[in-house]
Amino acid sequence: MKRTRHTLLWLQTLVAMLLLVCTTLALAATPALSPDEAAVDARLKAISRELRCLVCQNETLADSNAKLAQNLRREVRKLIADGHSDSEVISFLTERYGDFVRYRPPFKPLTWLLWLGPFALLGCGALMLGHIVQRQKQQDAPPPDAATAARINALLAQQNKDTLA
Amino acid sequence: MMAMLPELGLFSLIAAVVLSLLSGALLFTGAALNDSRLMAAARPLAFALSTLVLLSFACLTALFLLNDFSVGYVAQHSSTLLPTVYRVAAVWGGHEGSLLLWLLLLCLWTLAVALSSRALDPALLARVIAVMSWIAGSFGLFLLLTSSPFTRLDIPALEGRELNPMLQDPGLVIHPPLLYMGYVGFSVAFAMAIGGLMSGRIDAAWARWSRPWTTFAWVNLTLGIAIGSLWAYYELGWGGWWFWDPVENASFMPWLAGSALMHSLAATDKRGVFKSWTVLLAILTFSLSLLGTFLVRSGVLSSVHAFASDPSRGLFILVLTALVVGASLLLFALKAPALQSHARFEPLSRESLLLANNVLLCVATGSVLLGTLYPLMVDALDLGKLSVGPPYFNAVFVPLMLPLLFVLGVGPVTRWKAHALAEITRRLGWVLLVSLLLAVLWVWGVGNVSALAVIGVALALWITLSALLDLASRLRKGQRPALAVWGMHLAHIGVAIAVIGITLTSGYESERDVALAPGEHATLAGYRFTLLSAGPLEGPNYLGEQASITVSRNGKAVATLKPEKRVYLSMPGMPMTEAAIHDGLLAHVYVALADKIGDTAWGIRLYHKPFVGWIWYGGLLMALGGLIAVADRRYRPGKRKAQ
Amino acid sequence: MKKQWIWALPLAVFVVMVGFFAASLDKDPRELPSQRLDKPAPAFTLPLLENPQASFSPAQMHGQVWLLNVWASWCAACRSEHALIGQLAKQVPVVGLNQQDEAGAARAWLAELGNPYLATPTDDDGRVSIDYGVYGVPETFVIDKQGVIRYRHLGPVTEQSINDVLLPLIRKLQA
Repeated sequence: MKRTRHTLLWLQTLVAMLLLVCTTLALAATPALSPDEAAVDARLKAISRELRCLVCQNETLADSNAKLAQNLRREVRKLIADGHSDSEVISFLTERYGDFVRYRPPFKPLTWLLWLGPFALLGCGALMLGHIVQRQKQQDAPPPDAATAARINALLAQQNKDTLA
Repeated sequence: MMAMLPELGLFSLIAAVVLSLLSGALLFTGAALNDSRLMAAARPLAFALSTLVLLSFACLTALFLLNDFSVGYVAQHSSTLLPTVYRVAAVWGGHEGSLLLWLLLLCLWTLAVALSSRALDPALLARVIAVMSWIAGSFGLFLLLTSSPFTRLDIPALEGRELNPMLQDPGLVIHPPLLYMGYVGFSVAFAMAIGGLMSGRIDAAWARWSRPWTTFAWVNLTLGIAIGSLWAYYELGWGGWWFWDPVENASFMPWLAGSALMHSLAATDKRGVFKSWTVLLAILTFSLSLLGTFLVRSGVLSSVHAFASDPSRGLFILVLTALVVGASLLLFALKAPALQSHARFEPLSRESLLLANNVLLCVATGSVLLGTLYPLMVDALDLGKLSVGPPYFNAVFVPLMLPLLFVLGVGPVTRWKAHALAEITRRLGWVLLVSLLLAVLWVWGVGNVSALAVIGVALALWITLSALLDLASRLRKGQRPALAVWGMHLAHIGVAIAVIGITLTSGYESERDVALAPGEHATLAGYRFTLLSAGPLEGPNYLGEQASITVSRNGKAVATLKPEKRVYLSMPGMPMTEAAIHDGLLAHVYVALADKIGDTAWGIRLYHKPFVGWIWYGGLLMALGGLIAVADRRYRPGKRKAQ
Repeated sequence: MKKQWIWALPLAVFVVMVGFFAASLDKDPRELPSQRLDKPAPAFTLPLLENPQASFSPAQMHGQVWLLNVWASWCAACRSEHALIGQLAKQVPVVGLNQQDEAGAARAWLAELGNPYLATPTDDDGRVSIDYGVYGVPETFVIDKQGVIRYRHLGPVTEQSINDVLLPLIRKLQA
């Protein structure tokens, strides 16, 4: 009975985590395009934030004042104004400069480890956590009867008062 | 006498290196033979070592103050025009001097350990001091062989080349020392882990002894990172406060691992659990500090932050790191299986929540490591060039942090061993609801309600309310919470406040590029910016232009901002932007000068950053919480209750 | 149940990492491979520096091996490689793409240092340079008889790079 409840707790936590992940990923998706000047500016800014200034040490295209960065911003702006989609703009740049120009590496076999690694790690961590917690339980003595349990709880509460930190 | 300063500095450095290598060997032998006379040398040796390094450091500082340009390092990083305070800070403005500072701080930590460890087992103390001496010795060797700051020029320079203008800032005075205090401070926990593994004694007392040192190192690192981020925020001129740059990641990884270590140490101290895990974390945290030094100093990754790097030094420091970390991980592989924990706990208990905290923090550390090293690994395998930047880290890091923040609200109020779910739900269920509700209201007050912003603010409120409730209920019951409890809650509230700052500024900041002539105005986020005037300005070692811009809101004046653009005489081709910021509690208004347009107009970048200041208030609170926890009576030898 | 290997896992991971670090020590993180390698040289038509009425386009070079050298008078490294470009020009036609330069300054520069170029198209807004994936000046491209880019040299050419890489490749392509 108690065990089911704990399993439920972990399941709930897991579902909550997954939901959070999905929300974040959904929020990260890019918006649709629109023709007017301010919108072009906004899209230029959004795109160039994810692109690398090639000649600088480690700056985005949006932040750099290097000559090449200015030229590239001009070209990107032109492409946006001509109605090209974000992915077309990105491929214009990657055709010329390669994936190095993207701060968000594309998802392809070479980057599977990069993109999936953290979540695989999280999975391993969760398994390990479950394993350790489970092992602790297995080695427990059989649960005490109600009266003893109440006394133990009272003692625990007292001890917590003393040492909680 | 003054003329011999570089030689004096060099010789005391050489003496320090020889002494540290010898004393390490001596103390290891003493501990192995259990010879009390040899082990008793730990304190005097630590004292002698720090005196020598301090002398060497003082010589270098004096050389900077005396403008001795016959020394290459001084000529490279200073000039007669440089203000005095920056001449002192310029000591660590370059590679050689910052390594010397690293070494000095390591020796001071060693001395502090030696002086305040009367309660520690002599053999363990000898090993701890021995480990730290050897680290000091090998870094000293690195300094001497590849990067001595005392090398004289063949022909003395008449004038120095001056410090990089980007570094001429109060940030340089405090940021590197704090950061290094943090990095190097983790060497104490590391040395304790090695000493403990060698003697086979890892127990609650071991953990209790390591705790304040680790926490104090963490406090320094927290402040160092926060100040570095603040510095980048106002200095780089585009209002960013975190770039996921390799150099930042190099400091963030030990911070994450160190945070995990603090919590794991708490479990080992209180309940004697997770021993091998705690030891591993202690090794990893300091290893990540060393790795950071390697990444920053070798030039294998390129960074936006101004640094002198040199691949030829990279090999040396790589070998050094490999030896230190490899040997300790080998020791761990051999000795850790023998460590056993006997305490038991339920799935819902302080222990398992601390474990969850550790899993999440370690996965986060691993992810940052993976993202930072991936371009390097792909390049090493000749598979092409990649950039891994903010979009990647945000996408990966945020989902990892959300569950961690959730646990942060429950963990501190959960009992050790076991806690009934029903009680926690009864106590905290409504807190979660209230936090969510308040968060919706709060975000609605700032701008368009978005799910991510609400989640972030809600989790922050959840942490804060849960911490405050716990304190309130303890006080109501007539308890006097220990300093450690106060510190813990304060630090957690600091995390919450930083989270609010990060969430709201990322979600609701706005910016505009405008061109204004004097008298003209522009608006952004309800603020009205009027350019009053712009004119030339003359500093001690730079020329510049300064604009005067009044900011008002609803007709009421808010501030007059004076952004500058400086051209340093030493670097005429590289104008520096000095942004001007009105740091309101609820939002920063940030103004930076771009280029002059025509005769009178200026290109001006305007930014509105809601709650951005909370990031640093949060950091400050975290550090303060840590400091308060360090002051707890429990950690003081002599006053500790016998257990 | 005793899994001894798990304790050595951190060490194993670390050893692999050190291997990667060692391998990357002699690599320059900022040196980018060209995306245009083994692809047709992008077409363009640009006015000439000496005579803005006339123009140059890569199609004119069809059937011969040639070099495209991106340069500018504001670029210090270009000055240092210029004599070597002159030597190369004796073996193979070199076209000098003048990037975002001021015409007067560029002409004066050539008058001072000598003009080894077969033609000097002017890329005023840097657009053609972007098409070639140029991210620094100077850069030098080797283009074969079919108009395919076969090699890209980053930065100033050196005696060594000419003798070890450029000339052997050019001879092979010319054969």
